[in-house]
Amino acid sequence: MDAAVAAAAEARERLRASFASGRTRPAAWREAQLRGLLRMAAEMEDDICAALHADLAKPQTESYVHEISLVTTSCKFALKNLKKWMKPQKVPSRLLTFPSTARVAAEPLGVVLVISAWNYPFLLAIDPVVGAIAAGNAVVLKPSEVAPVTSSLLADLLPRYVDASCVRVVQGGIPETTALLELKWDKIFYTGNSKVGGIVMSYAAKHLTPVVLELGGKCPVVVDSNVNLHVAAKRIAAGKWGCNSGQACISPDYIVTTKSFAPKLLESLKKVLGKFYGQDPLRSPDLSRIVNSNHFNRLRGLMDDETVAGKIAFGGQSDEQQLRIAPTLLLDVPLDSAIMKEEIFGPLLPIITVDRIGESFAVINSMTKPLAAYLFTNDSRLKQQFERNISAGGMIFNDTGIHLTNPHLPFGGVGESGMGAYHGAFSFDAFTHRKAVLDRSSFLGEARARYPPYTPAKLSILRGVLKGNPMAMVQAAVGCTGGRRA
Amino acid sequence: MGTTKAADGAGALLDLGETVRELREAYEGGRTRSVAWRQAQLRGLLRLLQEKEAEAFQALRTDLGKHHAEAYRDEVGLLIKSTNGALRQLGKWMTPEKVWVPLIAFPATAQVVPEPLGVVLVFSCWNVPLGLSLEPLIGAIAAGNAVALKPSELSPCTSRFLADNIGRYMDSSAVKVVQGGPEVGEQLMEHRWDKVLFTGSPRIARAVMAAASRHLTPVALELGGKCPCIFDAMGSARVLQISVNRIIAGKWSSCAGQACIAIDYVLVEERFAPILIKVLKSTLKRFFQETDHMARIVNKRHFERLSNLLEDRSVAPSVLHGGSMDAKNLYIEPTILLNPPLDSAIMTEEIFGPLLPIITVKKIEDSIAFVKAMPKPLAIYAFTRDAALRRRIVDETSSGSVTFNDAVVQYAIDGLPFGGVGQSGFGQYHGKYSFEMFSHKKAVMKRGYLVELTLRYPPWDESKVTLMRYLYRFNYFAFVLSFLGLRR
Repeated sequence: MDAAVAAAAEARERLRASFASGRTRPAAWREAQLRGLLRMAAEMEDDICAALHADLAKPQTESYVHEISLVTTSCKFALKNLKKWMKPQKVPSRLLTFPSTARVAAEPLGVVLVISAWNYPFLLAIDPVVGAIAAGNAVVLKPSEVAPVTSSLLADLLPRYVDASCVRVVQGGIPETTALLELKWDKIFYTGNSKVGGIVMSYAAKHLTPVVLELGGKCPVVVDSNVNLHVAAKRIAAGKWGCNSGQACISPDYIVTTKSFAPKLLESLKKVLGKFYGQDPLRSPDLSRIVNSNHFNRLRGLMDDETVAGKIAFGGQSDEQQLRIAPTLLLDVPLDSAIMKEEIFGPLLPIITVDRIGESFAVINSMTKPLAAYLFTNDSRLKQQFERNISAGGMIFNDTGIHLTNPHLPFGGVGESGMGAYHGAFSFDAFTHRKAVLDRSSFLGEARARYPPYTPAKLSILRGVLKGNPMAMVQAAVGCTGGRRA
Repeated sequence: MGTTKAADGAGALLDLGETVRELREAYEGGRTRSVAWRQAQLRGLLRLLQEKEAEAFQALRTDLGKHHAEAYRDEVGLLIKSTNGALRQLGKWMTPEKVWVPLIAFPATAQVVPEPLGVVLVFSCWNVPLGLSLEPLIGAIAAGNAVALKPSELSPCTSRFLADNIGRYMDSSAVKVVQGGPEVGEQLMEHRWDKVLFTGSPRIARAVMAAASRHLTPVALELGGKCPCIFDAMGSARVLQISVNRIIAGKWSSCAGQACIAIDYVLVEERFAPILIKVLKSTLKRFFQETDHMARIVNKRHFERLSNLLEDRSVAPSVLHGGSMDAKNLYIEPTILLNPPLDSAIMTEEIFGPLLPIITVKKIEDSIAFVKAMPKPLAIYAFTRDAALRRRIVDETSSGSVTFNDAVVQYAIDGLPFGGVGQSGFGQYHGKYSFEMFSHKKAVMKRGYLVELTLRYPPWDESKVTLMRYLYRFNYFAFVLSFLGLRR
């Protein structure tokens, strides 16, 4: 534990000194780091895919499309917009403080801590770091120990591609993470589960450190009957099993549909699954495995629950040695079963049925706010009601998952799915202090009505000024006090 | 009505649970979402401020000895301005923002839709008791939330004023005032809120954030710090006088220095200290001819805290002006000190009172290092005509805000975000920032079924990956060629 404490303190002190030296402030430094990350993603693509395969048996296509290319896009977007983001924004100055100029300057917070998750261990480590660097901070990155091969790779690669005096990787598990959390940071960015998110925030509270928490939840998919069923089924499948075998924070967690439509939906999903993963899904190279035996046993437990086991409508096979579970569909599990109370984070997809599609809202609102909510429908009124009445980090109509690829949309949770957001300019903002700067360097006007001794006449001028009364403004600006010189 | 007086004992806990439940029901019922409801509340607030102005002034005078001109200038008047601003801009703030969507997702639309967080809690502070209660309330309501407001028990008259009137002018089951002391604050934090805004001291802020973490409630903390005022050579006598006027306004006219953005201490070059002190003394005499033109100290505890700062043996010799204290009336004369020891309490803690230490430096540029060595304050002030110095101050120091050649007025500009950084807090409000503080920006994407790119789906093969490489580089031309090539 002492070694962990010493390592954490040393990393932070080094970075504090580097930040204090001003090294991370110039645009040139930030651009150089972002280009370094771009080169890393391009040159080391094979190594990165190999690490992701070792940790998660992630298919190469997913590794490229969902991790590497998203990092690349993120770096390029930041490089393209950096100068714009760094520029102070002018604020219209009010007549109230005429003459003056006002602006909001973007300033780095300082030395920040990024703790990432195991399911997208490359993307969720580097993407926040892109934001932190673009905003001019020094960063300590603590990759997840549950994806150890990727963690080691990051520790090895980052010092080769970015400025090691300002960007450090600290590896480890609970002791190392706790040692880091005991220290004071200028911001902590955490991606993971809600329980640990609360713990991170409680550590941050001791130092009054602001946090971004990217957590999870049960992302619902409501499927109406008036949709192109085959396309809908494919998009649901892509968002579920095509995303790390359902181990993704924005994966559809469960479906709600009408009793009458459920059989058709079930058939369509079965067909799609057959096409995607063949007759022996446990052996398909296009499916990730379960990350470790803890999670494997957890998921098996959800399926083997006696109130649930009989509801398996498709799949249910697993291979403990290979840590694989086949895409599994369940129909009408009890709402109080564990599989409907916790975030599934795996290849099991319960389908809950209701009499009328509108009843799905009550099901969703009985749970905590999710990171994403999905609705498949062509009914614009239903869309409107969904948008208005369902609160979630983000929402997609007629697709799943893709909103996170749009850098113009903020990506983050609400309620128990998290606080704060990132991606695109939001990443820059997440690690920036917006400093208000007011300049009254022209001493042209002096509003003596502001000062004591207070008189009724002065007060009346102040009233006028605050109400925007032009006459009062003029009086104030010329130093009028409304009465005898005071 | 819309108030809950939490008395001691078991009854109190029950009261609060009921309060929170009512607020949640009001929110879940949906009426706080409509534009009409929000406008009605804001108009109600406006009427409250206009009709009950005399009572508000009276409460502030009783609680703090605040002159009604200061009360209007710093609290009531600003609140009226903010409420009108919110009414004017509400439609714009509520409008979803359309954002760009990449061609690959065609046809699709994307928007950022602001939505209320739900049921929010605002902890206010005693020194600007109306402003720090109602300014956040404006934002919370504009954003469509149900709100619980907990004013400070250290400004009891204002607390009662709010408790008596909010329910009369606004929707009392969706906007509630909860009175009481720290125990009530603790009990409130045992419940789950959708956001908590806390204005006050770092010590209590830590407890609030720790309690919030149990429910994953996001917080905003408006704290304080020692706001320095860097005073450079000012050239003409006229400009010097104006600067001194503004320093006095930023210290003693701001609730007798009991304000988070009040000037805490001044940094000036050795050779200019005498002239600064001379003009300060003469202007103080002119401005504060009557004691009731400066607020009094809020209570005995703070009075004793401040007198201890002055009576510290290593500090007492540095008192240059003022120093007299009236314990009965809780009045401390405007006091100036010259170079008290830097390790004395008056130079290590936030003063929050009418005592102004002046610290001399050899060169004015040395102020920058001095300020950087302290925790980040809510505001940094600098009186200087030197543009290069101004640039250095902005680039090299960090604070909630920086104001040149004036003090405290940045609070009144609603286009500027108001909030701290580091030890002075996090989260910002005023104007549209208030609306954003209490909103969730929901990303909403809409797609159709017209175009379907099968290369998204497994089973994977190399050709699909190649296509995706082109697409992700937004190289549509190569994509189309390749796509057509595949077809052949």
